[in-house]
Amino acid sequence: MSNLLFQLIINGLIVGTLYGVVAMCFVLIYKSTQVVNFAQGEFLLIGAWTCWWLVTSMQLPFWLAFPMTFAFMMVFGIVLQMVVLRPLIGEPVISVIMVTIGLSIFFQAVMKSIFGVWPQPFPEIFPMKSVDVFGLAVQPAYLMSLVVSLVIMVAFAWFFKYSRMGLAMRATAFNQQVAQSLGISVKNVFAMAWAISAMVSALAGVVVGMVNGVSSALSFFGIKVFPAVIVGGLDSIIGAIIGGLIIGVLENVAEYVDGQWLHLGNLYTVAPFYVLVIILMIKPYGLFGTKTIERV
Amino acid sequence: MISSSLIPCGQYKTSYAADTTIFLTPASRNWCILGIILAACAPLVLSNYLLALLIQIGYYGIAALGLNILVGSTGQISLGHAAFFGFGAFASAWLNNTFGVPVLLSIPLAGVMTTLLGLLFGIPAGRLKGLYLAIATFASQFILEDFFSRANWFTGGSSGAMANPVSLFGYELNGDKSFFYVVLAWLVVMFIIGTNLLRTRDGRAFVAVRDHYLSAEVMGINLTKYRILSFGISSFYAGIGGALYGHYLGFVSAEGFTILLSIQFLGMIIIGGMGSVMGTLMGTVFMVLLPEATEGAVSAIKHVTGDIPALTSALAYIKEATIGLAIVLFLIFEPDGLVHRWRLIKSYWKLYPFSY
Repeated sequence: MSNLLFQLIINGLIVGTLYGVVAMCFVLIYKSTQVVNFAQGEFLLIGAWTCWWLVTSMQLPFWLAFPMTFAFMMVFGIVLQMVVLRPLIGEPVISVIMVTIGLSIFFQAVMKSIFGVWPQPFPEIFPMKSVDVFGLAVQPAYLMSLVVSLVIMVAFAWFFKYSRMGLAMRATAFNQQVAQSLGISVKNVFAMAWAISAMVSALAGVVVGMVNGVSSALSFFGIKVFPAVIVGGLDSIIGAIIGGLIIGVLENVAEYVDGQWLHLGNLYTVAPFYVLVIILMIKPYGLFGTKTIERV
Repeated sequence: MISSSLIPCGQYKTSYAADTTIFLTPASRNWCILGIILAACAPLVLSNYLLALLIQIGYYGIAALGLNILVGSTGQISLGHAAFFGFGAFASAWLNNTFGVPVLLSIPLAGVMTTLLGLLFGIPAGRLKGLYLAIATFASQFILEDFFSRANWFTGGSSGAMANPVSLFGYELNGDKSFFYVVLAWLVVMFIIGTNLLRTRDGRAFVAVRDHYLSAEVMGINLTKYRILSFGISSFYAGIGGALYGHYLGFVSAEGFTILLSIQFLGMIIIGGMGSVMGTLMGTVFMVLLPEATEGAVSAIKHVTGDIPALTSALAYIKEATIGLAIVLFLIFEPDGLVHRWRLIKSYWKLYPFSY
């Protein structure tokens, strides 16, 4: 019994790192452009479907298809920012929220109409035989996703600490006007934030697609991101990762508790939202967020 | 917000009371009455299909007006309106099925029940604003959806609940034609209440809270009270709309009240015009007709090119995509909504052909 719980917690941590990665992308956009992106899940969806299409229909090898997906998502993110989000700078928060929601519906429906609603498996890229880690059976794809997530996190840390572009983005997030007066192109930074976010989300989408198959269920990641970022704090990258881990574990523990004692069913999907509401009531800036949020 | 700059020449006011009438000019009042009379004649001439669309516009319009009072006039964002709409539908069916409350009475009672729920969910709204409120209501949508699929005693769980047709003096009004009058009556009453509400002290307080909450508080407006009150009122509208929806379809199931419907409600008020009663109706008409127009366009394409199976199977998603696209395009190109465009058209023709 406790072994089951342990296994679930490990699963939670693995899924949680993926949540963390997506949440990080979400926070990246929010921090640098002040846009709450309700279409984050669709980035995963589009990335995964693009890669799937390249691998299966175009018969490209994975090592070629993957960079192509990346390149496509970069262009996609930049175009999206320039065409849709740029005209909305300075508009009230509801307009910005609604435009991302509109995009989310639009992309989801377009993807469904092109690729259908049924999950499509990726051709086997990694062996599917589960490996033994500390006495627990773990799928190699999961292990790989864990490794990929950790690599992304380290890369993010390096990017924001040392690279020129990363410093420019941090400066813009801190104060747009000052950054602009120091010669940083805020326009480029905005486009860059969307491009990076789209690319990294697509990566997460491909990883999840390999494990579970590609389907429109991927966009649910974009919804699960909200509990994660609220727990962690809406403008903290570290908070996003930790929030993602907490939500991943919480989901699995909720499933365990539900299965063992409560028998309510579906607690797995709803528990994070209860946590979200509670956190918003008692600590709306989350664990690591800036405490400037007004309570009215 | 509703500009009064388009008052025709020769219209002047000599008292403050005249400045706050429901209709700016006698002409607009007469047009409105004429519109209601025409609508009342509609069942005599229209086919059942068109009548069904009008009924749809009716119950969605009532709910959308509630959302517009909340979002457009008070500036509170709600992404969970469909859940309240659904709660109203279930509540009315439940009251009717379990306690035998007559349907005509159970509809307003369902509205009251939804109001209580809205006040409860409005408590976070008293403390949060902007995107935090959006995320909180987003969560409440999922929590309520989960509640619908779980609460067997109330909603019938996953199998849904039956809703009886409206009966009046022992005579069942279950056809489209008779139900149309029920919806029309509610629509007119709710819109009159809505318009009047925005002229009262409370309505002005809502607008003050929207425009600048600090100034509003300085002027002695209790922010928490008005935010929660606004949630309650909007839930009342959602409940009435939902109850009408339930009794029209005769069957209520949790699958009808997803986040997509919430987004459609928001789309209605954005496309129509935020904070405008007339705009709400325009936006609802637009949103109800959009899928029909899409279907028409798709069948026209098929007529030209021959049958494309992929297009037929994807029709449902194409409809969804047009909804998303319409919201995005309106926000980029016409953020003030159809009502603004309507005013521009009116002012253009007023001076035609000498407009400058």
